[in-house]
Amino acid sequence: MQLYLPIAEMSVDVFLLFLLGGGIGFLSGLFGVGGGFLLTPLLIFVGVPPAVAVATQANQVIAASVSGAISHWRRGNVDVRMGLVLLAGGFVGSSLGVVLYTVLRALGQLDLVIALSYVFFLGTVGGLMLMESMRVILRKWRSSAPPRRKLHVHTWIHGLPLKIRFRTSKLYISAIVPFVIGALVGVLAAILGTGGGFLMLPAMIYLLGMPTVMAVGTSLFQIVFVAANVTMLQSIHNQTVDVFLALALIVGGVIGAPLGSRLAGRLPGEQLRALLAMIVFGVSLKLLLDLVQTPGDLFILLPPVAQ
Amino acid sequence: MRARGLRLALAIGAALAWAGGSAPARAQALVADLSNHLVAITTGFTGAEILLFGAVEGPGDVVVTVRGPARDEAVRRKVRVAGLWMNGAEVRFTSVPVFYAFFSSKPPADILTDEIAEIHQIGTDNLTLRTESTKSPEEIDEFRSALIRAKERQDLYQSEPGRLAFLGQRLFRANLVFPGNVPTGSYRVEVLLIRDGAVVSAQTTPLYISQAGVSAEVYEFAHRQAVLYGVLAIILAVGSGWLAGAVFRKV
Repeated sequence: MQLYLPIAEMSVDVFLLFLLGGGIGFLSGLFGVGGGFLLTPLLIFVGVPPAVAVATQANQVIAASVSGAISHWRRGNVDVRMGLVLLAGGFVGSSLGVVLYTVLRALGQLDLVIALSYVFFLGTVGGLMLMESMRVILRKWRSSAPPRRKLHVHTWIHGLPLKIRFRTSKLYISAIVPFVIGALVGVLAAILGTGGGFLMLPAMIYLLGMPTVMAVGTSLFQIVFVAANVTMLQSIHNQTVDVFLALALIVGGVIGAPLGSRLAGRLPGEQLRALLAMIVFGVSLKLLLDLVQTPGDLFILLPPVAQ
Repeated sequence: MRARGLRLALAIGAALAWAGGSAPARAQALVADLSNHLVAITTGFTGAEILLFGAVEGPGDVVVTVRGPARDEAVRRKVRVAGLWMNGAEVRFTSVPVFYAFFSSKPPADILTDEIAEIHQIGTDNLTLRTESTKSPEEIDEFRSALIRAKERQDLYQSEPGRLAFLGQRLFRANLVFPGNVPTGSYRVEVLLIRDGAVVSAQTTPLYISQAGVSAEVYEFAHRQAVLYGVLAIILAVGSGWLAGAVFRKV
């Protein structure tokens, strides 16, 4: 069944959209990350204009994160104070990001910046995760007793001013660090259309030293608000949010996510993380290859931008 | 379907009567019309087919061009910088039709002179695409053909003529096909009667392609009430996400 998308101005098979949304929902249920980093390139591949794909993705991310955020909130896994600091950074970052997005589009280098950011961030995060999970799997193989970890390691980060006590996360650190993290992820959320969970989570766990469950709950909490900000700004500046497209993806995701989390309960954690790391790393390699390989057509038609 | 056929027959009959009967002083050499002047893009739109039909007086061949509204387009050449392909030199074209197709009763090369093909923009090679670029003509040509290639990939340009069939000596018809991603706007359908390498008669018919119903309302709303649209998009997403969570907790 074909559905005409009023903002993208094209007709797409609605089952294809369900399938895409469902597949991404399945992955997000399985791994606990948003999966937006996979959905944006897929939507562009289907023929959705990149501007519409990125903006609509932000709208879809709200729906994908909201139910997770609510259930983590109920279990007390949201550090509200930390969430608010991240959010303050996120608002500044995503607002800057939408402006940057408009400038890059006018320069005609938006696609390059998007591809390069994906290669860099996915490559780094995927590579690190892959190394980490390989280490864990190998260690498990050799001896059954895992070495005891310190609560967290003290670094230069703990010397920064403006220290705040985050009681829920049992942390006493400078507010500058989560603010900057929130801002950076916010910029990327606006440019790439992802929730930024794949960046936010490692930063919260490894840089801030937050407990993993708390990091997941808090990042979902703040993603909802940052994605809402991006949706709002894209609607106002570029009119590129397609609610029909978002709704079709949401419906798919709603079905896919519980299936994914059910399967996640049956698979061992380390293997699951290794699998995610391989997917993330693989996507970055594919994108890098696309940038390096000689394109089939040496010319590209860009959407006209007023000068 | 049957009612449509009947309507069509009546329309052709009327066209013929008009061509033959009601032009006393000088018989009109060419009459043509579309089965529909408005293509409404609704939620289930997958593309549209419109019948162009008409009649000619005397011998000759018929050529039809269909052009969408004009827009500016920017074409960029990819360049390799430090091993990575990025967008380099740009040529902007003005008055580029968003859609182009043409139809001919015989291969255009057999019936048209180059001059006529150029004046009436028959074939993608003859499209008038203006640019203010200071690059050499050869270079601009490269960008120009890249633009046409890109449009063909999107199914919005046809470089090969579509079929225009004669039914007997006087009646002709052609199917104008518009894909699901056809841009909205006001289109021009130009019908030419060619005899001995010259245009002896011409007729231009407008065709409007616009969103209708729910999708038109969504589009209008997004552009006119951008703030409210954003708020509603957020509420919709929060609501459906929350609802889904609530339902699956129970299951």
